[in-house]
Amino acid sequence: MRRREVYRRIFAYLKPHLGLFLLTIFSALIVVAGQILAPFFAGKAVDCIVGAGEVDYAGLKSYLIALGAVSVAAMAFQWTLGAANNRIAFRVLAAVRRDAFRKIEKVPLKYIDDRPYGDVANTVVADAETFSDGLLLGFTQLFTGVLTIAGVLVVMFVIRWEIALIVVVITPLSLFVARFIAKRTYRTFRQQVKARADTTAFVDEMIGNLKVVKAFCREEENEALFERHNELLRKASLRSIFFSSTTNPTTRFVNSLVYAAVTFSGGLFAISTAGAFTVGYLTSFLQYANQYTKPFNEISEVVAEFQNALACAGRLFEMIDEEEEPKEGEETLGRAEGEVSLKDVAFSYTPERELIKGFNLEVPAGSRVAIVGPTGCGKTTLVNLLMRFYDVQEGEIRVDGKEIRTLKRDSLRENFGMVLQDTWLKTATVRENLTMGRPDCTEEEMVEAAKAAKAHAMIERLPQGYDTVVGDEGVLSAGQKQLLCIARVMLCRPPMLILDEATSNIDTRTERIVQEAFAELMRGRTCFVVAHRLSTIQTADLILVMKDGKIVERGKHSELLARGGFYSELYYAQFAR
Amino acid sequence: MNHLFSCLKRYLPESILAPLFKLFEAGMELLVPLVVANVVDIGVATGDRGYILHACLVLVAFGVAGLGFALTAQYFAARAAVGCSAELRSRLFCKMQTFSFTQIDGMGTSSMLTRMTSDVNQVQTGVNLTLRLLLRSPIVVAGATAMAFLVDAKAALVFLGLIPFLFLVVFGVMFACIPKYKKVQEELDGVYLSTRENLVGARVIRAFRLEDEEIQSFEHKTEKLVSAQERVGKIAALTAPLTFVLVEFAVIVLIYLGAIRVDAGALEQGQVVALYSYLSLILVELIKFANFIVTTAKAASAAKRIAAVLDTEGEKSLLQEEQSPVEGAPHVSFTGVSFTYEGSGGSALSGVTFTVKRGETVGILGGTGAGKSTLVRLIPRFYEATEGEVALCGVPVGAIPAEKLRERIGYVPQKTVLFRGTIASNLRWGNQDASDEELLRACEIAQALDVVEAKGGLAGEIAQGGRNLSGGQRQRLTIARALVKNPELLILDDSASALDYATDARLRSALKGVGCTVFLVSQRVASVMGADQILVLDEGRIADMGTHDELLKRCELYREIYRSQTEETA
Repeated sequence: MRRREVYRRIFAYLKPHLGLFLLTIFSALIVVAGQILAPFFAGKAVDCIVGAGEVDYAGLKSYLIALGAVSVAAMAFQWTLGAANNRIAFRVLAAVRRDAFRKIEKVPLKYIDDRPYGDVANTVVADAETFSDGLLLGFTQLFTGVLTIAGVLVVMFVIRWEIALIVVVITPLSLFVARFIAKRTYRTFRQQVKARADTTAFVDEMIGNLKVVKAFCREEENEALFERHNELLRKASLRSIFFSSTTNPTTRFVNSLVYAAVTFSGGLFAISTAGAFTVGYLTSFLQYANQYTKPFNEISEVVAEFQNALACAGRLFEMIDEEEEPKEGEETLGRAEGEVSLKDVAFSYTPERELIKGFNLEVPAGSRVAIVGPTGCGKTTLVNLLMRFYDVQEGEIRVDGKEIRTLKRDSLRENFGMVLQDTWLKTATVRENLTMGRPDCTEEEMVEAAKAAKAHAMIERLPQGYDTVVGDEGVLSAGQKQLLCIARVMLCRPPMLILDEATSNIDTRTERIVQEAFAELMRGRTCFVVAHRLSTIQTADLILVMKDGKIVERGKHSELLARGGFYSELYYAQFAR
Repeated sequence: MNHLFSCLKRYLPESILAPLFKLFEAGMELLVPLVVANVVDIGVATGDRGYILHACLVLVAFGVAGLGFALTAQYFAARAAVGCSAELRSRLFCKMQTFSFTQIDGMGTSSMLTRMTSDVNQVQTGVNLTLRLLLRSPIVVAGATAMAFLVDAKAALVFLGLIPFLFLVVFGVMFACIPKYKKVQEELDGVYLSTRENLVGARVIRAFRLEDEEIQSFEHKTEKLVSAQERVGKIAALTAPLTFVLVEFAVIVLIYLGAIRVDAGALEQGQVVALYSYLSLILVELIKFANFIVTTAKAASAAKRIAAVLDTEGEKSLLQEEQSPVEGAPHVSFTGVSFTYEGSGGSALSGVTFTVKRGETVGILGGTGAGKSTLVRLIPRFYEATEGEVALCGVPVGAIPAEKLRERIGYVPQKTVLFRGTIASNLRWGNQDASDEELLRACEIAQALDVVEAKGGLAGEIAQGGRNLSGGQRQRLTIARALVKNPELLILDDSASALDYATDARLRSALKGVGCTVFLVSQRVASVMGADQILVLDEGRIADMGTHDELLKRCELYREIYRSQTEETA
């Protein structure tokens, strides 16, 4: 992403905080005025002390009181400045995170499937943090810095414009150096961001699956691999940290040149003007020169921090700009009858490998379609297409005669109940997980569904029953999780069901009871059942036998058996001992 | 903190050189006023233009030297900070790898990950700044104070009165902030967890149309994070203004005292000015220091969280001397074994006793939550039996070093996990040195040759988590991976659940030819009925054990399960 574009986006995020923004500007003005006035009053106070017996106590007191008042005001506003800045930075951080997170919910699943989870999570959490830290630091120092420079410049020009001019002429050198370093730093920061993302992805994978790692005693190999990533990260970080930290000393060096120039020209003026430019003026001039150059240091520091923040912001905005799921249609289904038809459907995950082509299927409302086939034959793909997790590349899918791409996505999805083989639970209580599809259901309805799914007794045995917090990792077995997933769907009672190996993790005794409940649920509903246990699908109205993404046979159980083809081969294999 | 220091120790030269060069740089800065004073006192006073030029060239030289010192210091500081954080990451990674399964369950993956990433980064920034500023700031403050005493000891007492207050502010703010930063981090962990969870569960969330709700709940979490951040931000923002006002009040006192002393003839006007500029010097330095303190406070709380991991005692390694296998002992034996998961109410296994001869196939059958997986997880000591003893060849598994024990066991988990890389790189997890032929042989047994073919050979790519494969394909590859180990004991924890019956049957008959002891956890009678011994588990207890025919005769539960699976298909 172009730098200019990144800036534009950052400012868009700042816009809602215009009020606070103005407050920071106002506070910065007061703070800077205070910081310029304080030495002024101090100097005036010192002027009241000329020598022994020549002290103007009345003047001294009034100047010191003024100094005290200025200090207190500056303090109050400096705190306001800091607090307001924090507020802006944290709010912007939250807004950026929210947009990035929102994107996670809206991108096509392909985006999520194609990327390591850790990578994406890292962008939302760590990159966003770095971005806001840079912003935070940037704001306070940039404003006060610029204002201090302006204020001090004015004062210097008033005192002796020639010397002020010399100062102004040397200053661009500092800016030039800072710019040069900033450009290089931006590059090294990007490298660091990448090395960090690689390391995070590796750690995410290996620590995330630590149990498998341990089962295979891969600790040592992983350590070696990790060391490689770690070393690359170390090198990249060293480069980027060192480069960014050269800004400060370099600009400080330019400052010392300014200081020397002021001393030199001031000294000469003091001699040549013979009294008009006093030593006292020179002293205050030197102090102001210092005050003037200090912000350049800070600004250059900020610039370095900003580079890092920008690199991270770039990644965030790229994510936020990621294309969302194709626009949904306007039509709604209401509660569907459940007639589904697929016509000339072609689909593949990668262009190189064709998966489904010329796929045709008519499913009358209320009928049960079973999809069987060897593992990896593309059964799950059908689920992806029906739910519009992925879109067909050719052909069309219709529900109740309506092409699904003309429908609102929610309207389509709420008509399907889905139980997948890969069970997933949210980190929340059992109750929250069960009522996911129907948050407004009553306690009785929930317990009823849990009982139907044979999950009630199991839930009761958990430490806090329905209020036990469960999650994707944790103590529940795959079977227990699947029971909860089934109960979750039982509670929704949608017009169409997709059961993708829905009972694969459950023992058969329980499964049988659950199947009964399913049978009850399936009555009058259109169902798509993906299964390898042929026992569970014999009563289906239509069995599709798939192999390598194509339907090789279709028909009823008895017909298929009679045909003696691939299906019967699969069927009889289950009795082989 | 100890861990931090021991990591830094490896960068001892850098950690000493960085502040040292910083000190030189500060020295250069402290010398500048002396030179300027001479310009005024000698150059201007005598009108010697040559002297002024000379002095200014000295100032430039100081600038050049200062630049050199500073760059060197920054380089060493960066080296030490980056090296130290790399070392911390590496130690964390190694330590986490020693965690037992119970510890992994307890700590949670996402919290382990934040420690590896953002916590370490914060420590890195903290160390870097500390090396650059920790010595410099106090030295500048002390130097300025010393100079003040040289000018006028009585007036300089103001300095001594001021410094404790300044430290009180700086450290007071720091200590007030540290626990609050901890809270911020906890909220941040929640945000990370949410993000990850929504990536993993994207399908279910969309199927249930929970996108908006998830966005709302995420917003709620970030809202909580923001208010925690603001709370700590407000306190942290106090440092600079408080320092400023303290110093300015000291200036007031100083000038007033100075006025009295000048009035009495004990001091001169110029000296008051000098004292004043030293106070200003302290102010500038302390404001820098205050920023540094904020960063350090963050880093310190991050370091604490890292230390919590590093201080955790990992899996206990071997306790006793290695015992040699007992002659004639059964291959695997369980004696009165009970097990309870940490934090769970009831026991998952109780009073389990059985023995298995070498080469036997043991089927383990039982309902969901009957304790089947728990039972087999005790053999490779993923979890340790709370009661009783699990032994391999007569040696308690607790007495065998974990890696030696696990080398002998091929374990295929319920949750199929593959890693980013190629098929070959995944299979070689079983044995680093396996030849391609051995890999293919393992795939043949695991019925995974067609997966290899479909992916274009052993070099075929695998996405993270094996997401470019179907559940069944993954399962077969994970079985092949365990077989590459050439284990004496193979544990299949319901690892054929996604396989169709034909493939499952072929797999079982191929496994027979391998000749290792096999533990077969399954819910399908068909899968276990050919086993030499079948354990029927019911709510953590062995309901019965025997062969298919024996069980069919005497075990009601077994009959029931059997019937449930055969009636429909009959």
